[in-house]
Amino acid sequence: MNEHWAEGEGGRRARVFRVALLNRVLGHFGLSLHDWSGAVYVLRDRKGSSVVVQDIGAVWSEAERLLGSPLDPLDAALVAELSR
Amino acid sequence: MKTPVVLVTGFLGSGKTTLIARLLEHPAMGETAVIVNELGEVGIDHHLLRRVDERTVLLANGCVCCVLRGDLVDELRDLLDRRDAGEVPYFDRVIVETTGVADPTPVVMTLLTDPVARNHYELESVVATVDGVHGLRGPESVKQVAVADRLVITKDDIAVPAKRSELAQQLARLNPTAHARRTVFGEVDPDWLFDGTARDPRELEQTTGVGHAHGEHDHGVHSCVLYLDEVDWTAFGIWLTMLLQARGQDILRVKGFLNVGGAGPVLVNCVQHAVHPPLHLDGWPDDDRRSRLVFIGRDLGAERLRESLAAFDRVARS
Repeated sequence: MNEHWAEGEGGRRARVFRVALLNRVLGHFGLSLHDWSGAVYVLRDRKGSSVVVQDIGAVWSEAERLLGSPLDPLDAALVAELSR
Repeated sequence: MKTPVVLVTGFLGSGKTTLIARLLEHPAMGETAVIVNELGEVGIDHHLLRRVDERTVLLANGCVCCVLRGDLVDELRDLLDRRDAGEVPYFDRVIVETTGVADPTPVVMTLLTDPVARNHYELESVVATVDGVHGLRGPESVKQVAVADRLVITKDDIAVPAKRSELAQQLARLNPTAHARRTVFGEVDPDWLFDGTARDPRELEQTTGVGHAHGEHDHGVHSCVLYLDEVDWTAFGIWLTMLLQARGQDILRVKGFLNVGGAGPVLVNCVQHAVHPPLHLDGWPDDDRRSRLVFIGRDLGAERLRESLAAFDRVARS
């Protein structure tokens, strides 16, 4: 399995930090991410649906599938919330 | 050691095959295997010439632009097997020529994502030939230019001077990260073609009018440059993966230096959804420690991109 380019460094601590940051962003869209044994992630929505995702790239494609539309980092409301 | 692969792209009749034929004659090229889709009017007489039929496959879990070249995967594997078995002469570089109307992105995607390709080969450079007389023709050639690291402007001996200057400005607007050189009959020094350096984005704004598309010939494609100070690497990874998923169709290229607080910058290079492994450099070329990223695509606003990345970065530091 080839490592995702954005997840290649820092080991366990970096992974914990990454999940925390991802949750700040995903929370804006009503989603949450959980680390499962440092191997995969579990992505959940508020309706109780969950999906296992392998890496950070798949987080966004699966989140898009759960929500039915892309999660845009340029979204003004998201940028405003992160800037607070 | 991985075998370098050079991708040569360019519109029909823009001089791809002439360039390759001249390169193969150059002593600095060493032994080179050549993979082509079509045997053009200009014959390449070479013992390691292979012809393939372009066959694209959709990448599992990928979006519509995440397409691989199945034929290329097969051919690259076969070349490795035959080289190891001594059935073909030893080669230390591969040139892949795309068809004139082809989108070069699937070749890049193949080399960066197929397990065999990325373990045994590395994409050394993307070279686009541009017809110095007729210029860019259609959205295909605009994309070929956007994806390139080197632009070879051909037929310089018969180009009209006014047209020559107009084309140079257009190319600099579309892809300010690429070095360009005018040529006659494909005469290019391989050292220039493959030295791997990118143009420094600091010189761009003044010289190229970066920032907005100019007229219908650019097909809505333009480039912009983002300047930031130090950026948290984890925040950047989250931001860019999210951005490419949401707007990968409109972002043809991202290339630049990122200051992540290390001894040197990280070199970032993406072609649509295909991301080169980030390269951590040992030091900075000068005292300027700003991060600078060039984006090439449609409907891009530098300020909007910068504000968004800065917000992600702030969260990482809070």
